Amino acid sequence: MRHETLAGQPRIPTEVSAMTAASLNVKPAYLKIANVWKAFGDFHALKDISLDISEGEFVCFLGPSGCGKTTLLRAIAGLDLQTRGSIQQGGRDVSTLPPSQRDYGIVFQSYALFPNLTIARNIAFGLENTKRPRAEIEARVTELLKLVGLPEQGNKYPAQLSGGQQQRIALARAIAISPGLLLLDEPLSALDAKVRTHLRHEIKELQRKLGVTTIMVTHDQEEALSMADRIVVMNHGVIEQIGTPTEIYRHPATLFVADFIGEANKFEARASNNAVGIGAASFHCEPHDYDDGTPVIAAIRPEDIIPHASGSLANGAAANTIDVTISEMEFLGSFWRTRLHGHALGNETLIADFSINAARRLSLVPGGELTVELPAERLLIYPRGA
Amino acid sequence: MAMAIDTALPVGRPLRLRLDRDELIKRGLMLVIALYLLVALAAPLAIMLSKSFSTYSFDLAKFEFQLSDKDGNWGEPVTAAALNEKLNAVPPTKLATNSDGRLQATSFFPDFSFRSPVKYKIRGTTSDATYLVGLNPQSGTEWQEFTSNDFRRVMLRPSRALGLENYTAYFSTPTLFRSIENSVFIALVSTIITVGLAFGFAYALNRSCMRFKDAFKLVAMVPILVPSLLPGIALIYLFGNQGLLKDLLMGTSIYGPLGIVVGSIFFAFPHAMIIISTALAISDQRHYEAAESLRASRWRTFWTVTIPGARYGLISAAFVVFTLVITDFGLPKVIGGQYNVLAVDIYKQVIGQQNFEMGAVVSVILLVPAIAAFIVDRMVTKKQVALLSARSVPYQPKPNRGFDTLCLAWCSLIAVFILGIMATSQFAALVKLWPYDLSLSLKHFAFDRMDGGGWGSYYNSIRLAALTAVIGTVIIFVGAYMVEKTDGFRSGRTAFQFLAMLPMAVPGMVLGLAYIFFFNDPSNPLNAIYGTMTILVVCTITHFYTVGHLTALTALKQIDQEFEPVAASLKQPFYKLFARVTVPVCLPAILDISIYIFVNAMTTVSAVVFLYSKDTTLASVAVLNMDDAGDVAPAAAMAMMIFYTNAIARLIHLLLSRVLIKRTQAWRMR
Repeated sequence: MRHETLAGQPRIPTEVSAMTAASLNVKPAYLKIANVWKAFGDFHALKDISLDISEGEFVCFLGPSGCGKTTLLRAIAGLDLQTRGSIQQGGRDVSTLPPSQRDYGIVFQSYALFPNLTIARNIAFGLENTKRPRAEIEARVTELLKLVGLPEQGNKYPAQLSGGQQQRIALARAIAISPGLLLLDEPLSALDAKVRTHLRHEIKELQRKLGVTTIMVTHDQEEALSMADRIVVMNHGVIEQIGTPTEIYRHPATLFVADFIGEANKFEARASNNAVGIGAASFHCEPHDYDDGTPVIAAIRPEDIIPHASGSLANGAAANTIDVTISEMEFLGSFWRTRLHGHALGNETLIADFSINAARRLSLVPGGELTVELPAERLLIYPRGA
Repeated sequence: MAMAIDTALPVGRPLRLRLDRDELIKRGLMLVIALYLLVALAAPLAIMLSKSFSTYSFDLAKFEFQLSDKDGNWGEPVTAAALNEKLNAVPPTKLATNSDGRLQATSFFPDFSFRSPVKYKIRGTTSDATYLVGLNPQSGTEWQEFTSNDFRRVMLRPSRALGLENYTAYFSTPTLFRSIENSVFIALVSTIITVGLAFGFAYALNRSCMRFKDAFKLVAMVPILVPSLLPGIALIYLFGNQGLLKDLLMGTSIYGPLGIVVGSIFFAFPHAMIIISTALAISDQRHYEAAESLRASRWRTFWTVTIPGARYGLISAAFVVFTLVITDFGLPKVIGGQYNVLAVDIYKQVIGQQNFEMGAVVSVILLVPAIAAFIVDRMVTKKQVALLSARSVPYQPKPNRGFDTLCLAWCSLIAVFILGIMATSQFAALVKLWPYDLSLSLKHFAFDRMDGGGWGSYYNSIRLAALTAVIGTVIIFVGAYMVEKTDGFRSGRTAFQFLAMLPMAVPGMVLGLAYIFFFNDPSNPLNAIYGTMTILVVCTITHFYTVGHLTALTALKQIDQEFEPVAASLKQPFYKLFARVTVPVCLPAILDISIYIFVNAMTTVSAVVFLYSKDTTLASVAVLNMDDAGDVAPAAAMAMMIFYTNAIARLIHLLLSRVLIKRTQAWRMR
């Protein structure tokens, strides 16, 4: 299915496809989204989206605002019906079912806790009307409060809790009815950084414990990388790439993904046999299918660039190295960010991140010279002008 | 780069959500309330509009007669038109009539005698020609035979045509169309003065450190609690023919524009004050600090910061006052004298002359400024909201002795005016015989001895106010909930929203007249409610629908939009969420809506004056009728009864709000 969405883009390293396919085939799909479109007049917010999610998986929809990730989530929830396409959940076609007849719990960025009900009544909201004895409901509420780490808080009102605590209550309320699917719509965006990191971990832990299939929408790549089993990167209403966090980061399928997740140096380049030419230099790279002389974009992440002491590699004989001058160094706490210039690169600037140790070992200073290596397997090649 | 996969949207129809029980109930409810607004608002207005274009005249070519001699030999058939041409029995001007017009068939037979043995026949030349035999309507082209004695009872009925004749008639009658000028003049003058006074008052409340602010706020609200007739009555007591202060006017009569303007200022003042005060309250302290740091003078700051900040409030207040004054009926009725205004013209045409079509024409003319003002006000209000969301640091006034004293003087002046009017009315109600015997008595409260329905009217009014407050609040709140919290069905919701906003633009007199046209039609199945308390309740709810609707919408908009999705995902029906969360959270707004409707139902005259019956007389109408009959003191007494009732209702509302809010809004406290 990956090949469907990326049709017309055959130059994906084959091993990545194989990995994705393998990870997909582990379990049968719990949620099957097929050819979903969403049109607002002439504007298409979702374009032919197809995606399978396995039972118990934690999937993140990641992308810039307006990419369609929330629209897709709301279609799955039945809140904004898709214009075309089908959605199956647990073997049941839910495409046109109203929210109340689907099987999910949802948590919003705004928490959406009922302000006039106590925490306990909020959590119990979905348990009432189910012919459960009162004692059982109380027990379940107590259990959930403990589960989200807020025991003894049941009699407070939402306004008396902090944002992070409120979001945990919202989570408890959503999972109280033991839904088959948990939908999280930017659940951490309204919280401050520290609480966010903490809650990130807790949500992931809880999800693992309950084994509930979970979809989280986020625009925060760090959140997606640290929490998701698989990430669905979206842009302009299409899926750019689906993969595990490491796949997405190490082998971005498109330039957009390389750029959006992490950072990347981008150079206009020309393809040649198993190599690319950037400026006057030529670099080896993984085998590709481009004809010689095809204009391409070559990209490399700043942290993938390996520093060597200037002249330590005899006559630049070692493959994929160039001599550069450090024009700027910026201290970013755990590493140095440097801006490098070299004859071979023409006017292009190369941004490289070096560890504190490497910088000390090589005595890097602004204006200093060094040799950097652009490892062949870390060079990413994308078509130009697409 | 992103691969733009250039596949187009597959052809086919967009998917539609399967409706669940919740959604069906919601749509059903919305349909019921929309239907209510259609029947109680749109249909009557439409009928009224069509009435204003309806003309009635006797079409003599449509009737044919045959006459026999004494022996029963029938003569040649002859049309009424031919007879009239010969005899000129009915001049052309008499042929134009109204929907109730009747023309005696014998008019065309100068020799008619009911004792004569001569017989008559009549038939229509077309099937829609109608005539009455006694009270029975007849029509058709079949001949009908009558003895002379019976022929007396045959009446021709006019036929209806659509056209602009009513409007031409209106604009060619100076006594009628001069009212437009009068109404606009009164409304403009009242608006300018009221907004000016109210601005000063609101400015003093918000921007000075004067004392007694709470007392002033309380006094400013008093006029809302009384019918607009009350200032009229009080002004007559003060400046009328036997007024105590008559000499102050130096010969100018209070009856006419002067009285209307002064009275209008009284009843429109609180409305303008609230709006302007809200606009001033949201201003930003930092603008003033910036102005001060730039060494702008107080005067310059006022014109460059204060006025621009409050301009939407000022414009909105001006349009609200303009609409209130131009559509008000009670005050000019009481104190207008010979000075005609539109709202009173409707009453005169309908009640005085039974000319319903002309009443409809005046109504349509009165609708024009009301709707224009309404549209401008809505546009301005939208901008004001945008201003509100950007607010930051509220302004904190600093003491300034001279300025504070000035403010105190200004507010005191207005407070004296308001309280003076109230005191006069109170005094008039208690004094035995103004101005000759000023000893106090309660005899004017013996309403049962006067016209106007006596104490029964008062109890009817309370029943009306209570019923409208309860039923109206339920309808309005549920309706607003459906508009605000339903997904999909967009066109239906837009139409509903339009209907809900419409009442604000429809003057009470116009609504009342439209109700006559719609409900007093025997062919309307709802005719049964005509003359009952039900029609008064329906009319009053509709009349005051919009403000309640807006209040409810504002409250509902403050509730998280995600509550409905969350409740649905938890498989809970929407009405559970509604009852357990929405209503409790909106309780303060719900109480506000109900007291608003209650107070207005007590004081309103305009719409109900056309609709009350012998069994459903109302206190406010009784004030009007007693004043009309010359029982001015009892009228003042009844107006004061309305005031006491509303004051008590407000007090109960306040206490109830406190108790309920304490019980149900505990969550607001941190």
